[in-house]
Amino acid sequence: MAANYTIVTDPHPIWGRLTFDSIPFEDPILVTTFSVVLIGSIGIVGSILYFGKLKYLWDEWFTSVDHKKIGIMYIIVAFIMMLRGFSDALLMRSQQAIAVASESGAGYLPPEHYDQIFTAHGVIMIFFVAMPFIIGLMNIVVPLQIGARDVAFPFLNSLSFWLFVVSALMLNISLFVGEFAATGWLAYPPLSGLEYSPWVGVDYWLWALQISGIGTLLTGVNFVVTILRMRAPGMTLMKMPVFSWTSLCANALIVVSFPILTVTITLLTMDRYLGTHFFTGDMGGNQMMYVNLIWAWGHPEVYILMLPAFGIFSEVTATFSRKRLFGYTSLVWATAAIMLLAFVVWLHHFFTMGAGASVNAFFGIATMIISIPTGVKLFNWIFTMYRGRVKWDSPMWWTAAFFLTFAIGGMSGVMLAIPAANFVFHNSLFLVAHFHNVIIGGALFGYFAGLAYWFPKTTGFQLDERLGKIACALWAVGFFVAFMPLYVLGFMGMTRRLNYYDNPEWNFWLLIAGCGALIILCGILVQAYQIFASIRDRETNRDLTGDPWGGRTLEWATSSPPPFYNFAKIPEVRDRDHWHDMKQHGLAYKKPESYQPIHMPKNTWAGVVISLFAMLLGLAMVWHIWWAAIVGLVGSMVCFIAYSFERKKHYYVPAEEVEAIETARARQLAQAGARTPSEDGRDYIGGDAVVSM
Amino acid sequence: MNTTLPPPPADFSGFIEQEHEHDYGGDTVFGFWIYILSDCILFATLFAVFAVIGQNFAGTPEAKELFNLNFILVATVLLLVSSSTFGMAMLSAQADDIAGVMKWLAATFALGFGFLAMEIYEFWHFANEGATLGSSAAWSAFYALIGTHGLHVLFGLIWMVVLVLMILKEGLTTDNRVRMSCLSLFWHFLDIIWICVFSVVYLMGVM
Repeated sequence: MAANYTIVTDPHPIWGRLTFDSIPFEDPILVTTFSVVLIGSIGIVGSILYFGKLKYLWDEWFTSVDHKKIGIMYIIVAFIMMLRGFSDALLMRSQQAIAVASESGAGYLPPEHYDQIFTAHGVIMIFFVAMPFIIGLMNIVVPLQIGARDVAFPFLNSLSFWLFVVSALMLNISLFVGEFAATGWLAYPPLSGLEYSPWVGVDYWLWALQISGIGTLLTGVNFVVTILRMRAPGMTLMKMPVFSWTSLCANALIVVSFPILTVTITLLTMDRYLGTHFFTGDMGGNQMMYVNLIWAWGHPEVYILMLPAFGIFSEVTATFSRKRLFGYTSLVWATAAIMLLAFVVWLHHFFTMGAGASVNAFFGIATMIISIPTGVKLFNWIFTMYRGRVKWDSPMWWTAAFFLTFAIGGMSGVMLAIPAANFVFHNSLFLVAHFHNVIIGGALFGYFAGLAYWFPKTTGFQLDERLGKIACALWAVGFFVAFMPLYVLGFMGMTRRLNYYDNPEWNFWLLIAGCGALIILCGILVQAYQIFASIRDRETNRDLTGDPWGGRTLEWATSSPPPFYNFAKIPEVRDRDHWHDMKQHGLAYKKPESYQPIHMPKNTWAGVVISLFAMLLGLAMVWHIWWAAIVGLVGSMVCFIAYSFERKKHYYVPAEEVEAIETARARQLAQAGARTPSEDGRDYIGGDAVVSM
Repeated sequence: MNTTLPPPPADFSGFIEQEHEHDYGGDTVFGFWIYILSDCILFATLFAVFAVIGQNFAGTPEAKELFNLNFILVATVLLLVSSSTFGMAMLSAQADDIAGVMKWLAATFALGFGFLAMEIYEFWHFANEGATLGSSAAWSAFYALIGTHGLHVLFGLIWMVVLVLMILKEGLTTDNRVRMSCLSLFWHFLDIIWICVFSVVYLMGVM
């Protein structure tokens, strides 16, 4: 495909660099995909219009500032993007399974296509799957856990979400119009410079990341303020649930690290658009400066993904072991320690730069030190389970799968942290195996645990447990089959990102890895079916009490799904496990005598519209269509200012409306037979008796 | 570790009976502080870039040949004085003196505009001497750092116009006072950044 494009050096005043050659008509894979996507989109849009649901979508979802709805939308988009990212993974695995020179030639993917695929895979999985997935979970859970009615800045929350959506759209447009970067997910120069990437692939990468990165930064500010200023009365920081703690640390990392990403890709953008010399090979530019800067953001980013997953495991182990979390204080301090250490290890991504023995030793030791607080956490969870009555529901399955895989991934990480050894492992498949080991076995399993755990809270019905356990087993087995061979291949000297190799000994292991990818595919299909089946059977899986697992923290105190105002009355907290405490002392499920009007934010058009202008800006910059770029920039600024002139952005929910909703809830509770635990201290909520500990 | 708290007092329901009005303005100002923190990191990164490649002139004109400290001193004074005038505007706001607010904000705008005009003139002058954005790594770093500060000043000026329109339309409402506090934070922050720019780029540049 790349061979056929024309690089327009003098942009047309109206169309910029966009020509008919930009659309890869000659590539059958892409044309087929595009046709399917086009037919699918027409089908979806058509049925929305046919059923007259557009107004419903616009009023109830697109313009919503409700943190729960925004969280659901984040996770839906993350799942769709995961399908694309995983398709890329299957393409790579199948290519490497057959691309042995001596047997079947060079496979079916030409190098320039293969390079785009591994770049897109990395970019999608980190920025457009992992990030939205965890930000979606934070959106749903954090305000509920701290007893708040929304985030601090509901409009900014909507804006963040839509900036992320338009970036994901831009990335998908690159599949059919132009090309995507073929540089690897972090686009190191000089490869990502104009000389070696003259067409639009890197530009798509730059603008998609820039726009979604600004959205993420706003999310960071929003959640730091929400958690620090909107906790329910009585909830001191050390009484805050661990997921909220890890979210606070992750968002603090966002606030401090994302500006570095913004600057770094802006400088690369300037190199490509304005002829500056930050990262060029001539006129004093410094390419290693780019690598340092991008990892000064990139390493904290790893912990932005990882810390909230640790929080999920903490909630899940405590709930399903039916015990108070072991060593809460040490867990909080371990989280804070990891947050700080995240900033002093970035150089371990490029020990081979040649910084010298003492610099490498410093970063090697700093890296190894991170395994200490991480180990503390693992022991916290194991000791929480110790002598608990562990209930093996699907969130606990994901947690157990995490314990096993993450321990291995952590150890290979310590191996990579030894600079001398790293010179051998650098850029090998050993590294690829390691980071998939921690991101899949650590972060992703955590998100899936969180999804299974909080799904009933979000939707009002539970996911099918049996299918969830099958999916977990397939994922865990598939993970080991897919990635353990990559450790072996790393030792055998295979480097990453090869679309073709001539060593037949590697082929055996790559075939096994390919089988592993297929097992994971089965896991994903089961997950898709699980969601379908759970929606189909929602009447039988209903969560009437709002507390299906016998939870301990505040999100389980309200109904499932929660009313839009979350809590009719703001909780007053006196214990770390506040909901558990209320159940213990017979305070749960009691209906207050009277209600008050509730102050809530209104929906707004501004997030969607500003983001659409931002997308116009991004696409126009990619294709050098300057007039449209100006329209996009001015349009988004004018909309922002126009929004700032709007008044009455809040309204009061009348006490009668609250009363009506809460009465319906009380009726539902009575129907479910929920009652506060009796004096014997046994808690009957969630199906069976829970002995309090 | 598995402690259960003693029973709560009889009047404890787990929920508060009478809610207080939440301090939304306080959220906004605190959130703006957090944003300023992230902006600090943004400038810190640009300073780091300048520290790494800021002397790589690669044969293009060197900074000490072009810098005119007297010129830049005047620009600096304009910006520093504009911080004081913004402070006066805040004092007027506290005294509910809308005319005073307008007067001092107008002065701040004029000083900020003057600073920006001098900066643009300086860029134009340097470009004529052969030091443009694309000349060498050192000049790229120079323009990126100073230009980012300049863009912030420009953004502050636009914001000031919007805020003045709001105050003229609605008076000194609580919301508008919060907005003024945020802009004032922003403006003083740009001053502090400029002091670093002046020291690191200009003073150390001519040494």
